[in-house]
Formats: sequence, C-alpha cells, structure tokens
Amino acid sequence: MIADAVAGLVRELIFALTRFLVGGHARWRGCGPEPVQRIYFANHASHLDTIILCAALPVTLRRTTHPVAAADYWGRNALSRFIALKVLRAVLVERGGSRDPLAPLRDVLESGESLIIFPEGTRRNEALPAPFKSGLHHLARDFPAVQLVPVYLANLARAYPKGATLPAPISCVANFGTPITLAEGEDKQAFLARAHDAVCVMAEGAASTGVPA
Amino acid sequence: MSPTMITLFGGVAALLLVASAIGFVLSRTVASEAGRATVDNLNARIKAWWMMIAIFAVAFAFGKIVTIVLFALVSFYCLREFLSITPTRAEDHRAIAAAFYLFIPLQYWLIAAEWQTLFTILIPVWAFLLLPVLIVLKGETSDFLQRSARIQWALMLTVFCISHAPALLILDIPGFDQNFLLLFFLITVVQLSDVLQYVFGKLFGKRKVAPRVSPAKTWEGLIGGGLTASAIGAGLWWITPFTPVQAAGMALAIVTAGFVGGLVLSAVKRSLGAKDWGTMIEGHGGAMDRMDSVSFAAPVFFHLINYFFGA
Repeated sequence: MIADAVAGLVRELIFALTRFLVGGHARWRGCGPEPVQRIYFANHASHLDTIILCAALPVTLRRTTHPVAAADYWGRNALSRFIALKVLRAVLVERGGSRDPLAPLRDVLESGESLIIFPEGTRRNEALPAPFKSGLHHLARDFPAVQLVPVYLANLARAYPKGATLPAPISCVANFGTPITLAEGEDKQAFLARAHDAVCVMAEGAASTGVPA
Repeated sequence: MSPTMITLFGGVAALLLVASAIGFVLSRTVASEAGRATVDNLNARIKAWWMMIAIFAVAFAFGKIVTIVLFALVSFYCLREFLSITPTRAEDHRAIAAAFYLFIPLQYWLIAAEWQTLFTILIPVWAFLLLPVLIVLKGETSDFLQRSARIQWALMLTVFCISHAPALLILDIPGFDQNFLLLFFLITVVQLSDVLQYVFGKLFGKRKVAPRVSPAKTWEGLIGGGLTASAIGAGLWWITPFTPVQAAGMALAIVTAGFVGGLVLSAVKRSLGAKDWGTMIEGHGGAMDRMDSVSFAAPVFFHLINYFFGA
C-alpha cells in the first residue's frame, strides 16, 4: 500500500521533471492511443527513453504497458530496482544468461498486457537506430494477435547522449507510427529490416512541431 | 503594486475586455471557412493574452526578484525552443548544458545582484569564449563553426537580449525610481506594436515587406500599427522620465527594433525549416514567437535610457 503510494508520487515527480526539461510530447501519426494489446518498439538513444515513452502514453494505457529493462543495469541496487519495477512497472531481462531471455516478456504478453521494447539492445548516439536484434521477430511470430507499433523518439540523442551527466533541455517527441505485422512466410531478416524502416521513416521532421512553409 | 501600476493593468484589462467582446461577436457572425480559422486563431490569441497579462501582473505585484525569475523562465523556454529545432550534435552537449545550467542562472543572478558591468559582458565575452572551448574538447571538427555559432546565437538572443528587459529594474536614473514602469512601457509598446501590425495588416494589408521571410508582414500593417503603437507610447510619457516627444522617440525606437527583430528571427526560424518556434502558447506558437521582437527591442531601449538618462 505505502510502497504503491510512494511509487505513484515518485512517478509523478519524475514525469513532471522530465516534461519540464525535455518535454516528451506524444505525436500519434499512424495510430491512436487505443486500449489494445501492443508491443511498442522504439529507437534507443538515452536512459530517458523509457521514461519519455511511458510519460507519452495516456494514464489508462500506462497501467498495462511494461517497458523492458536490462536486469544488470536496473537491478543493480535497491533504488534503481524500485524505480524500474514499481515506478515504471518494468520487466527486467537478463542479458546473456542461460535462461530464455524472452521468458518474462512472453509472460506479460500471455497475461494480455503490452510491452515497450528497444530492439537495438543498447543505446546509440545517433539520430537513426542500429540494426534490430531478433527478439522482436520471435515475439511477433509467437503472438500474431499483438499489434506492433513503431515509435521514433526524436532528439533524445541530443538531449541526453551516452556519457552525459545531465540531460540538456531540448524538446523530445515520441512519434507513434502505423502498426506493422509479420507477413505470412516472411523471413527474419526481412521482417527486422522492415520494422527498422518503420521507425526510421518517422525520423524526417520528427522533432519539429510546426509545418515548414 | 503602486496605484499607477494598478491603473495601467486596469487599462490593459479593459483593452483585452474590448478585444474579447469583438472576438465573441466575430465568432457569432463570421461564416466563411477561412474567416472562421482566422477568428478561432484570434480568440485563441486573446485567451493566451489574458493568461500572459495575469502572469506579468502577479510577478510585478511580488516585485523585483519574482519578475527576474519570471524572465529567467522565459529565457529558459525560449532557449529550449531555439535549440530544439537547431541541428546540434551529441558532441555539443557540454556547451548546451553550460548554456542552460550555468549561463541562465548566472546572467539573471547578476541582474538580481545589480552587478551591471559583469551582466553586460558575461555572455558576449565569457560565454562567447567558453562555448567553443567546450565543443572543441570533444574533438569533432565537422561543421565546427556552424555548431558553435548556433549555440552562441541562441544564448545571445534568448538569454542575453531578453535579460535586458528585467535589467531595466536596476538602471540608475537620477530623479526617477519607478523602474517597473519602464518595463511596463517596453512590454506594452512592443506587444501593442505586434498586435496592431497584425490588425492593420489583416484590415488593410496589401504590399508585403518581405514575402519570403515573413509573408504576414505588410507595409500597411507596419506603418499603421507601428505609428499607432508609437503614439500610444507617447501618450504614456507620464509614467516615464521622458517628455512626450522623447517618449514618442523611444516608442518609435522600440517599434523599429521590434519589427526588425521579428524579421531576423523569422529568417532564422525558416532557415531551420520551421514555421513556429513551438506550441507552448495556443494561437501564438512558441514562447519565442512572442519574444522575438522583445529580444531586439529590450537591449536597444535599455542602452538608449542608460546613455541619455542614466546616472
């Protein structure tokens, strides 16, 4: 009870501070914020990505949407564990363990809830994402009913690049694209390339709020 | 708040009340598609004006420190908008962080501490030299000059220039101590000039001043709006240390600086591929869309007073 109340308070504080510094508004370009089961997959440029994406979702969706976070980073001490599990409602995965790393993700999808994943697996200081790892393909194959929504997070590599101590106040935007599906008989590489493109096409003009005249 | 200031804000509120009434009547009478869009935008602008006036009134009532903090926040939002649409690189991060976390607080602290000599050189000298150093230490040379210049321009316009508005509060003018009235004079003349140019432009605008830079600016708007705003400025001579003729001259200088400031920032904005600086203020665009003319008018007004009326 008390832990939940504290987590709720910390969540509002973190989201408010993030909004003040880097904005993080949602632009629903290819779909709306509908309450259907989804996997949001996004480019990964900073530690703020998870927070920005969670904050961009409406409160009702946020409750049932779980970001996937690396256990070696977020589980390293009690505080970051608390923030990951209670505040962001994250699912922790082991990188390079012997167990199936996707098992906790499958559990979430089987329970009918949604995921936020960063298929590059690591952060990158560039506007465009690195090639995707195969996890997204395995989940798409095993859960064909779940919508796959590409998300392009604009400006985060500039606002909070790898190695920086403080985020700089540059407005970031979460762009939600048109959902994709795994085609019948489509091979893994082709699907991952297509998913990658679905994120990249939103990079052009993704950060601007006005229309160029 | 002094009785004069209460009267002045009362006048502004009366003006807005008239504007709101006109906006309401128009929203009931205008039927055409294009007309409706204009009226909706007009009403959004008027609503935002109520909000902005209220914020300023509260800050003025609380006094110098709160007003300085308010302008520091304005600078923060303007700098954020500026750098958000400027293509910086991850290697520029330290310079950007210094601009936000070091130079905004320092510049406004110098005003609060009334350290006028350092306030005038902090950004043109110290930040100008420090920012490229922070960038060069990262070792990335591609577009080095452009990257440094963008951050220097952003800091000059959004922090250095805008900070000259609250700096009016620390100007030492023999025989005059109502410095808040000078700030009121500046903001009123700049913003009225913007509004009146928009109104005159909508009503009589035909010949465009700079169609590629700012398609909405017309000669009819500029001359009609600019002269009316200057006349209103002259009519406010009694709240300033100026004679009516001097007040007219000052208002004309503010209007002129504000106009060219709007033009220059419009070109900057377009060179960055955007139409508005942001979406923060409904109907107006971003904070920088409201502050563009202030950023040029404030330093001009500050230094004219300092030169001709200062101690």
